[in-house]
Amino acid sequence: MTGDSKICRLSQPLPLDGGSALIDAEIAYQTYGELAADRDNAILVCHALTGDQYLADTHPVTGKPGWWERMVGPGKPIDTSRHFVVCANVIGSCMGSSGPASIAPDGAPYAMRFPVITIRDMVRGLVGLLDALGIERLHAVVGGSMGGMQALSLAANWPERAGRVLVIASTSRHSAQNIAFHELGRQAIMADPNWRQGDYYDCDAQPVAGLAVARMAAHVTYLSEEGLTAKFGRNLQDRPEKSFGFDADFQVESYLRYQGSGFTKRFDANSYLYITRAMDYFDLAEEHGGRLSDAFAGTAARFCLVSFDSDWLYPTSESRHVVHALNAAGAPVSFVELSAPHGHDSFLLEHETLDRVVRGFLDG
Amino acid sequence: MAEPRSALRPDLAVIADHVARGSRVLDIGCGDGALMAALRAHGCDVRGIEIDPDSVGRCVAQGLSVVQGDADNHLVDYPDGGFDYAVLSQTLQTTARPDRMLEQLLRVGKRAFVSFPNFAQWRTRAALMFGGRMPVTRALPVSWYATANIHHVTVADFRELAQEKGARIEGEWFFSGERRIAARGANIRAEFAVFELGR
Repeated sequence: MTGDSKICRLSQPLPLDGGSALIDAEIAYQTYGELAADRDNAILVCHALTGDQYLADTHPVTGKPGWWERMVGPGKPIDTSRHFVVCANVIGSCMGSSGPASIAPDGAPYAMRFPVITIRDMVRGLVGLLDALGIERLHAVVGGSMGGMQALSLAANWPERAGRVLVIASTSRHSAQNIAFHELGRQAIMADPNWRQGDYYDCDAQPVAGLAVARMAAHVTYLSEEGLTAKFGRNLQDRPEKSFGFDADFQVESYLRYQGSGFTKRFDANSYLYITRAMDYFDLAEEHGGRLSDAFAGTAARFCLVSFDSDWLYPTSESRHVVHALNAAGAPVSFVELSAPHGHDSFLLEHETLDRVVRGFLDG
Repeated sequence: MAEPRSALRPDLAVIADHVARGSRVLDIGCGDGALMAALRAHGCDVRGIEIDPDSVGRCVAQGLSVVQGDADNHLVDYPDGGFDYAVLSQTLQTTARPDRMLEQLLRVGKRAFVSFPNFAQWRTRAALMFGGRMPVTRALPVSWYATANIHHVTVADFRELAQEKGARIEGEWFFSGERRIAARGANIRAEFAVFELGR
């Protein structure tokens, strides 16, 4: 299910924070626009938890437009007529990059034998891809949500690789609440009898029920009460009155069930476990001796952070915490909290000021 | 190279003219970034704080580094002595505690520029004395109930506060409208004042 993505097989074993290394790691990626002769116009866009490399073209499984097509394209804020845009599937995922569904050297799927990875491991893979593409220094690295974590990790650990760092609706560390929601999702997957300790790849029955519940719980955290109320309120689903049963009486239930089951068609349950784990382990300050500003000491990059006022998953205070550290490190940083009703998902939706900030920061 | 001076408000033009080239500057309440752009053209490393998200967006679109925030709550996030200059233009009188604000300015900046409307200007005095109403003047165009100016200040008050805080007055400039006026009688003649403070 990799569509027509390009695959980069890393020539060196990929060392991992957990102590092991990934042999013959593969990175599936898409590119948009042309790389300039002096190779200075590349922008790396990092995707979120369940995102993938199909940034601005049709998704091969769902047939839907790319996940950030409104932002990326000729003449759009991330302008592919001027920039060479790279988007790669992170390791641990399931759209062509090495992950738990990939075949291990012994010929069977890794499943839970796949090593636990971190955000920094994902970025190490992305840096390997940039090396293979001959891109020494990015014009910018851009990411929302988990993509923002990767952008921060790249800036902190490979400071010479990006001139601009744009982080949207993200954080430098996963909070107890974030970890709690992820644990809820993981337990839903692992409670599904079809999960079979992760060894379900050869079975007819897949752990779709658990994965769907994980997605439903997570999906609620991406929205806002205001957004849910505006979209659904207490409206009933295709029925005049309550059924006095446990069908999806309410529109919001029907919507969540649809989101959950749709998700299982494009995502691997084990990948969900591994990627949420990587996010939970993310604490950029901890990686750098406990002080976040030390993570950015000596950086020459310019930073821009954006948060949304209705995002309770990665609230404005998290972005401010990063801005504070960047100020302490003396880095040039901009920050704006945008008003939008749609919660965490606002970064993917229409927002005029976001467009202006993204365009301005990348071009200014 | 520099922005045309005419494009800048008179208090900002004074500040732009007196900031040493290549300095590190924090512009608190930077608005659309006019002063920042002028200082950048002077080779300064300039950062801004601005409360209005649309203004922040316009600054970022010019390649300026601006953090959304308000002076009262977010200046404390900046390290001691991180800047050669802290600039607070037309904002002191809107802050919750102008005295603490002055301390913050001289904490983050080695020097500070502060500009404010002078509440003791003769028009204001006349409005209060003869009208018996809170003044609505050219310099203070908003009615008492809607104005953001919650701590009106005069030239004499400011000098006293600076002295109390142990700040040295390194420079002072006074304006009536766009016109620069003498320091003599400034407390009654000046509509706006600009002070440069050192510590």
